[in-house]
Amino acid sequence: MSHTVLRMEGIDKSFSGTHALKNINFELKLGEVHALLGENGAGKSTLIKVLGGIHQPDSGSIFINDEKVNIRGINEARKYGIGIIHQEIVLVPFLTVAQNIFLGHEPVRAGVVDSKTINADAQEMVARLGLDIDVTTPLERLTIAQQQMVEIVKASSFNVKILVMDEPTSSLSDEEVEKLFETIEKLKKQNVSIIYISHRMEELFRISDRITVIRDGTYVGTKNTSETNASELVSMMVGRTLKSFYVRTYNEISETVLSVRNLSRKGEFEDVSFDVHKGEILGFSGLVGAGRSEIMQSVFGALPSDRGEIVLNGNTVKFKNPKQAIKAGISLVPEDRKNEGLVLMNSVSYNIKLASLHFVMNGIAESRKKISALVSDYMQRLRIKAASPEIEVSSLSGGNQQKVVLAKWLAARPDVLILDEPTRGVDVGAKQEIYSIINDLAANGMAIIMVSSDLPEIINMCDSVCVVRSGRIVAKLPREELTQERIMNYATGGNEQ
Amino acid sequence: MSKKNTFAKLKELPVIGMLFSNIGILSVLLIICAALAIAEPKSFLSSSNILSVLRQISNNMYIALGMTLVIIISGIDLSVGSVVCLSGTITVGLITLSGYPIWLAIIIGILLGALCGFCSGTIIAQFKVPAFIVTMAMMNIARGAANVYSGARSMRITDKVFETIGMGKLFGIPLPIIYMVILIAVMSFVLNKTKFGTYIYAIGGNRESARLSGVPIKKVEIAVYTIAGLLAAFAGVVLASRMYSAQPSVGEGFELDAIAACVLGGVSMSGGKGRISGTVLGAMVIGIISNWLNLLDVNSFWQLIVKGIIILIAVLIDTQKSSDSALKKLLGSVKRLCGKKNAA
Repeated sequence: MSHTVLRMEGIDKSFSGTHALKNINFELKLGEVHALLGENGAGKSTLIKVLGGIHQPDSGSIFINDEKVNIRGINEARKYGIGIIHQEIVLVPFLTVAQNIFLGHEPVRAGVVDSKTINADAQEMVARLGLDIDVTTPLERLTIAQQQMVEIVKASSFNVKILVMDEPTSSLSDEEVEKLFETIEKLKKQNVSIIYISHRMEELFRISDRITVIRDGTYVGTKNTSETNASELVSMMVGRTLKSFYVRTYNEISETVLSVRNLSRKGEFEDVSFDVHKGEILGFSGLVGAGRSEIMQSVFGALPSDRGEIVLNGNTVKFKNPKQAIKAGISLVPEDRKNEGLVLMNSVSYNIKLASLHFVMNGIAESRKKISALVSDYMQRLRIKAASPEIEVSSLSGGNQQKVVLAKWLAARPDVLILDEPTRGVDVGAKQEIYSIINDLAANGMAIIMVSSDLPEIINMCDSVCVVRSGRIVAKLPREELTQERIMNYATGGNEQ
Repeated sequence: MSKKNTFAKLKELPVIGMLFSNIGILSVLLIICAALAIAEPKSFLSSSNILSVLRQISNNMYIALGMTLVIIISGIDLSVGSVVCLSGTITVGLITLSGYPIWLAIIIGILLGALCGFCSGTIIAQFKVPAFIVTMAMMNIARGAANVYSGARSMRITDKVFETIGMGKLFGIPLPIIYMVILIAVMSFVLNKTKFGTYIYAIGGNRESARLSGVPIKKVEIAVYTIAGLLAAFAGVVLASRMYSAQPSVGEGFELDAIAACVLGGVSMSGGKGRISGTVLGAMVIGIISNWLNLLDVNSFWQLIVKGIIILIAVLIDTQKSSDSALKKLLGSVKRLCGKKNAA
C-alpha cells in the first residue's frame, strides 16, 4: 500500500482562454481506490483526459513508478497500463462480449481472427473478476451493469495498472452497485489502483481509501476517507459551508389536481393508482427498472397504456401524445437530460422555448420579443449561469443544463410537474438550488411528482412516497414513516420474507 | 471587456449573425468573385453575365431550399431530380397532347411533385424506413412514370404564354431570378420564424427530446418531404419552359447539386444544423465556379472533377472545425516539433 504508482505534479492546462487546470497535484498508491471529487466543471474530466493522453498538459509532469513519462495518445496510455472507463458505454452493441474485449487487438492465426482463443481468454478474464457472463452473447443482450463490467474486463485485458472509473454507478441499481464494488475489491487485490469519480457521497465512503477534492481547476486537498465526513467534503467542494442541504417547507395540501386509477400497460406496470394535490410533492421510489419512468411516460402520453383512467383538474383525459398532455397542463422533466431533455447543439434560448411555442407566437411567426422576455425571465428565476441565452446548451455545466430543462418545462406553465431523477449527475451546489426551486414551486401551489433513486432526496423532499416494485405500487408511505430501510424493504420485497 | 461585449451583441443582430455563421463559405464566395473579376473583368462583371449566372443558379436554388429542410431533419431526398423530369413532362404533355389550359397543367404538374414528396415522407415517417432507400425508390418511380407517359421522347412546346414562365422578364430581370428571391425569403421566414421551423431543428437535433417536447414529428417530416417535392416540381416547370420542351433525361444528378449546395453552406448531414443563407451561398459558389469554367471553355467532364474536389474540401473544412480534429492535431504536433527544434 505504500508504493506510489502515479504522481501528477503541477499540471496546468488552458483551452482558448479558459484555464481548466491550475497547478494540480495528484498521487495514487498501489492497490488503492482514490476518489476524485469536485463539482461539474471543476476539472475532473480534463485531468483524466490529460492522464489518458487525450489532452497534453501545458506544463507539469506525470510520473509512473517514479519515472517521468509523456503520454501522447490513448495507445501510449495503454502501454503505461492506464485504462479509462467512461460514463457512457463505448462498446459495439452487435459484437459478442469476447469480440468487444479484444476489439482492436485480436489475436490472429494465419491471417484469420482466432475466435477460439478469443472466447477462451475472454471467458477466463470474466471469471477472474468473479463475473457470470457468457462471452459469446452479443453485447446488446446484456444489462447496462453487465456492459459496464465488460468495459472493466476490456480495460484489464490491457494489463491495466491504473483504472479510471468516471461515474460508474450513475445508471446502476443498488444491487448492481454492490456487484461493481465486489469487482473493485477483486481488482484491488490484484494490485490495480483505481481513480474513482462519483457524486454520490455514500459510495465514496464505502469504497475509497482516500479522497482528493478539486474546485475550479485548482487542487483543494486530499483526505483519508476514514478521517473525514460528508459535510467537510462538501464545504471543500463548494468553498463554503452549506447550512441545510434540503429545503422544504410543507404546505397545507388542498384539492386534487391529478388522479390516476388502475393505469396498466402489459409487461411494464399494472393497476397503478395515485392522487397528487396542489402544493404536494409525491415521491416515487423503487429500484431501477421497476417501472417508475414508464408510469410517468404513460401519464404524459409518451407511452400508450392498455387501460386505466386519468383525471386532470376534474376532467377525464386520454393523451395520445405528449403534445396533448402539455396543452392540458402536464410537464415531464425526463430522466436522461442529454438524450431526452435537451437539443444539445442548440442554444439555451431555443431549448427553453421549445415546449411553449404557443405562448410566444405573433400570428404565424414567433415573436423575438416574447421569446427573449420568456427566456430571460426563467434564466433569472432559476439562476441559470450562461454567458448569453444564445450560447450552445452543451457548453453549460450539468447543473445549469438541468436548470435549462426545468426552465423549459416550467415555461409551459404546468399544473402538474413530473420530475424524473431531477438531480442526476448534478453537482452539490446546483442540487441544493434545484431543491429550493422545487420547494418554491410546491409552495406556490404546483402539484409535483418526483421520481428518484436518491433515497435521502426522496425522504427529505416529499410529502408522501409511493414505492414501486415490478410495475406495482407496493406501498404508500406518509412523510412521518419515511426511512431508507423501510423504502428499501418495500422496493426489494424484503419485508415479505 | 466592453469591446468583447459589443462584439457579442453585434453577433446577435440577425444580419451580422448570418454573416458570422457563414463566415467560411462567404469568404470563399468573395475570393472567387474577386479572382473572377480580376481574371475576366469584361465578361464576368458585365450585367448580362451576372444576370445569367443568377438565372443559372436559380434552378438549383429552388431544389436546394427544399433539400435544406430535408437535411436538417437528418433526412435525404434523392428523388428531386426525377421529380423535376416528371413535373416538366406531365405539364408539357397535358398542354400539348391533351390540350389542358396552361394554369391547370402547371398546377397538376407541381401537385404531382408534391405528391411524390408526400408519399416518400409518409413512408419514412409512418413506417420508419430509411429516407435514402425510400427516396431512391421514388427516384426510379418518378423517372419511370415520366418516361412511360412521354414514351421516352422529348416533347416540344411552342406556346408563348408557357414560354414566359421561364423566359419572361420583370424590370429587365429574368423571372426565374425573381422566383428565387421570393422563395429564399419565404423559406428563411419559415425556418427562422415559424413553429414549423423550430420543430424542424428539434427533430434533427434530438428526435427523442423533440417527441417529449410535444413536437408532432410525423406531420413535420411528411410536410418537409412534401415541400421538397413541390419545389423540385416547380423547378421542373420553369426548366421545361426555358428549354421549350420536356426532355426524358432532364434532372439527372440535380439531387447531388442540391445536396452539394447545402453541404457547402454548412448544413450538417447529421441533422439539426443549417441555415437558408448558407445554402444560398453554397448554391452561388457552385454556380459561379461553373460560370468561370464555362468562361474558360473547360469541358463539362473536367467541370465535374472540379466540383467534386470543391465539395470534398468544403466538407473537410467543416468537419475539422472541432477541437479534437485530425487536422488540428497534425498542426499542433508540427508546432511542437518546430518548438523543440528551436529550443535545441
